[in-house]
Amino acid sequence: MYLLMIDWWFILEKFLLVGFVVTFSLLIAMYTTYAERKIAAFLQDRRGPNRAGPFGILQPLADGGKLFFKEEIIPLASSKFLFVLGPSLAMLTAMLTSAVIPWSTPLQIGGRDVPLQIADLNIGILYVFGVVSLGVYGIMIGGWASNNKFSLLAAVRGASQMISYELSMGLALIALLMLTGSLQMSVIVQNQIVHGWHVIYQPLGFLIFFICALAECNRTPFDLPEAENELNFGYHQEYSSMKLGLYLFAEYVNMFISGTVMATLFFGGYDIPFVNEASWGLSPNLLAFIGFVVLLAKAFFFLFVFIWIRWTIPRFRYDQLMNLGWKKLIPLALVNMVATAIVMLLRNR
Amino acid sequence: MNAWEKLYLPAVLKGMFITLSHLFKKKATIQYPEQKRSFPKVFRGLQVLNRDEEGRERCTACGLCAVACPAEAITMEAAERQPGEEHLYREEKYAAKYEINMLRCIFCGFCEEACPKDAIYLSETVTPANYSRAGFIYKKEDLLIPDPTKDPEGYQKALGHRAKKINN
Amino acid sequence: MNITQILFWFLSALTVFSALMVVVSKNPVYSVLWLIFTFFCISGHYIMLNAQFLFIVNIIVYAGAIMVLFLFVIMLMNLNQSSEPKKHRWLRMAGVVAGGCLLLVLVAALKNIDIKKQVAETNTGDIGLIGNLGKVLFNQYVVPFEISSILFLSAMVGTVVIGKKE
Repeated sequence: MYLLMIDWWFILEKFLLVGFVVTFSLLIAMYTTYAERKIAAFLQDRRGPNRAGPFGILQPLADGGKLFFKEEIIPLASSKFLFVLGPSLAMLTAMLTSAVIPWSTPLQIGGRDVPLQIADLNIGILYVFGVVSLGVYGIMIGGWASNNKFSLLAAVRGASQMISYELSMGLALIALLMLTGSLQMSVIVQNQIVHGWHVIYQPLGFLIFFICALAECNRTPFDLPEAENELNFGYHQEYSSMKLGLYLFAEYVNMFISGTVMATLFFGGYDIPFVNEASWGLSPNLLAFIGFVVLLAKAFFFLFVFIWIRWTIPRFRYDQLMNLGWKKLIPLALVNMVATAIVMLLRNR
Repeated sequence: MNAWEKLYLPAVLKGMFITLSHLFKKKATIQYPEQKRSFPKVFRGLQVLNRDEEGRERCTACGLCAVACPAEAITMEAAERQPGEEHLYREEKYAAKYEINMLRCIFCGFCEEACPKDAIYLSETVTPANYSRAGFIYKKEDLLIPDPTKDPEGYQKALGHRAKKINN
Repeated sequence: MNITQILFWFLSALTVFSALMVVVSKNPVYSVLWLIFTFFCISGHYIMLNAQFLFIVNIIVYAGAIMVLFLFVIMLMNLNQSSEPKKHRWLRMAGVVAGGCLLLVLVAALKNIDIKKQVAETNTGDIGLIGNLGKVLFNQYVVPFEISSILFLSAMVGTVVIGKKE
């Protein structure tokens, strides 16, 4: 009897949405690896992968297949459960963030409004923040479980980097929250549709957030945790086969998700700039699709910038990294926060 | 450094636009198996044992190339031409066995310079990879140029841009 | 039993089990990992009370920051079974007695509380949402809140002073 009271449509619709978002993020991440190699090649006057399929489109499949079929080596002295848990956690935390991103305006199917957001949490941004802070565990557990001192050192290095940059990320977000007065992602997007994109009001906040996102994704110039040439390859040194693949893949999923988060928080989410798309009189489903494409375009732009930066700027030294995080970004973020507060106070008066 | 330079952001942006400009530049890649880079005129590649226009081997097994070879890569055994073999060998003496160890060869071209009969020259190909060491010891049949009377095309191809030089 | 109850009992069992594992695990790193798991279970309870803010703050602060520092220290000190000092028999006895006393105190304190009167507001309560919580925190409890912030500030100053000593 009780089962009849559950809104099965609701569950089905969420289930489908989760499945779609997960597969879609994985697909995007797959092709981000391809884009990474192609863009890297173009920036260096090369051609990049072009053998597997036309223009090398099947390259990610070939890479994935290779990783799947490689021999799986688990070090004898490692703790096996944690050794497997590490990459799984890295992947899990990378995917979790996508739950609160509003992908577009609601769809209308059979008279029902189907919101294209898995969970419109009251504390959306904090949720993103929390999941990001959990991303450390994938690195730390993997590095420790390998039972290799270089892995452990790299894990500690990576974890301290992520903790340091989380702080300024949070401070940059607080200024943003003052503007919207809400932590809910959907409200933040609505606010931008009405008042204009947040990047106009918070350019410094965006810059800080962007730098921290680079650091959180372990992207160059902050890729010390996985510095392969001078720092002995980092926390996934002992990993092989698809477990290594999961670590590397998680980075790309993270990139995509942080691109969408940045687009949502600072660049209006699914909003098309300068036009009022609601007045076009299109059907809501078409509008939702257009919004989704717009959000993707913004996210892809950030992905491109991430890759572009990787192939331009050399890696920081560890002390430079810590100096930037603690002595430059945090004071800057604090100043930004206080300045925002003062301006808002004066305007409200 | 002043405060503006200390920000590093302008320098970073400048660098980013330099790399961005490379996005639109001509690619330097040569797609190897389909496209091949043309060798320069003076390139010294794999040795070839030459024939004359009638398809006779030029080599007389004088051994000057083996003496000239600084890496001692060349070994040969001479034999006397029998009656009835005039269409095969140009002189009365010929190399019954002629081997070059490509693992030792340094492609200096001294053999070519030492040869009084224009019987050996360095072509415009590189030594192909091989699975065994034995495969790198090139026998006479590996080194000989295709017979111009039977395979004129292959002969011309093997001669390359030397065709002119040898004929006059 | 409805779904909320099933979830509650499941989460509670999981919490107790993982809390026990914290104590039972021989390897300190496993202990910390179980502790993190325990925090997650507790966060699950917060969600069932619709206290979303507490849920996420519990994860950010405890699971995401403090436990990372724990892990840091334990991993770097490389504590494992072989390096653990043998404890004296009397010391173990003292530990058991002390733990038992704590249990006694807890049971004695909680025995007379009439829990049945205070029904937890599952799913419906909105006091845990960030807006309401902020209003309570900055109106009713503003003095304790500010005092605790001063406490944190002094801790920060203290670390800076210790760090600058050389």
